Amino acid sequence: MARSVQTHGGAAHGSVKEYVWGLFWSVVLTAIPFAVVMIGGFDGRLTLAIILLCAVAQIFVQLVFFLHMNTSSEQAWNTVSAVFIVLIVAIVVLGSIWIMNHLNHNMLMGH
Amino acid sequence: MATQMIAPEPGYTGFVAEEHHHDYAGDTLLGFWIYIMSDCILFATLFATYAVLGNSFAGGLTPKDLFDLNFVAVETGLLLLSSFTFGMAMLGAQHKNMTQLLLWLGFTFSLGGGFLAMELYEFYHFSHEGAGPTTSAYWSAFYALVGTHGLHVFAGMFWMVFLVIHLLKDGITEANFTRLSCLSLFWHFLDIIWICVFSMVYLMGVM
Repeated sequence: MARSVQTHGGAAHGSVKEYVWGLFWSVVLTAIPFAVVMIGGFDGRLTLAIILLCAVAQIFVQLVFFLHMNTSSEQAWNTVSAVFIVLIVAIVVLGSIWIMNHLNHNMLMGH
Repeated sequence: MATQMIAPEPGYTGFVAEEHHHDYAGDTLLGFWIYIMSDCILFATLFATYAVLGNSFAGGLTPKDLFDLNFVAVETGLLLLSSFTFGMAMLGAQHKNMTQLLLWLGFTFSLGGGFLAMELYEFYHFSHEGAGPTTSAYWSAFYALVGTHGLHVFAGMFWMVFLVIHLLKDGITEANFTRLSCLSLFWHFLDIIWICVFSMVYLMGVM
């Protein structure tokens, strides 16, 4: 089935090569955290760091290889809105965790 | 930067548009991108809820009792591969190759269906084992987060069916290509959300 795909390069929005690389890196960055957790025995903090690093790396891989984000002026608004949303998401998620943990602590329900 | 604008041409709107693109397609895609960004906020609230309620098991079952990472790895593989096959479908559309487009869309649809079937089986299995949405705050948050992602996948598959009907009726027209590009953004976005789900829910749940 892969043989029916013929590229002649120069495609504006991606190429077979780009998608194959995207898939390759996604598989690698998925396999690493799964393997680390499934094998087990690693330090908890190290495991957490590996999971988070691989997740963030894979998000970037998918944004670049699959969603074709770049820094061209054509995409400036996409990038600006994405950066804005990352900020909002960070405030919502980190802010909630922070506040609710303190709340639990003050209610003497923390572990 | 090198462009020197001395006096604006009549009709100059300030937008820099590529010659071979209609303006409206770019606007539609940007609009759809904004929708996806707002969807990110929806998922952010669900992730925040999940994180806050992450230890509230009410003395019941915990994710360590139930999660099976092999199962989740296969699920993840299906969704990841479907992102790739959608990319190949997009290439087919760019080359105006209807057979290639429909073939890869078919693969994408099947992979999405497989993913959804596995997720529903998992929900059924967990509920059967005694961890339903009403069991504890943790499981409520779990079903809300993972279920919302599943609903999005279902919506994407629904959309795909209608897009194929459009494609069979009108061929790869400019309008259909714009629709396909929007669905492509949506499908890849769901894959990105799933990365967060398997990392935060499944991997951190059993470590």
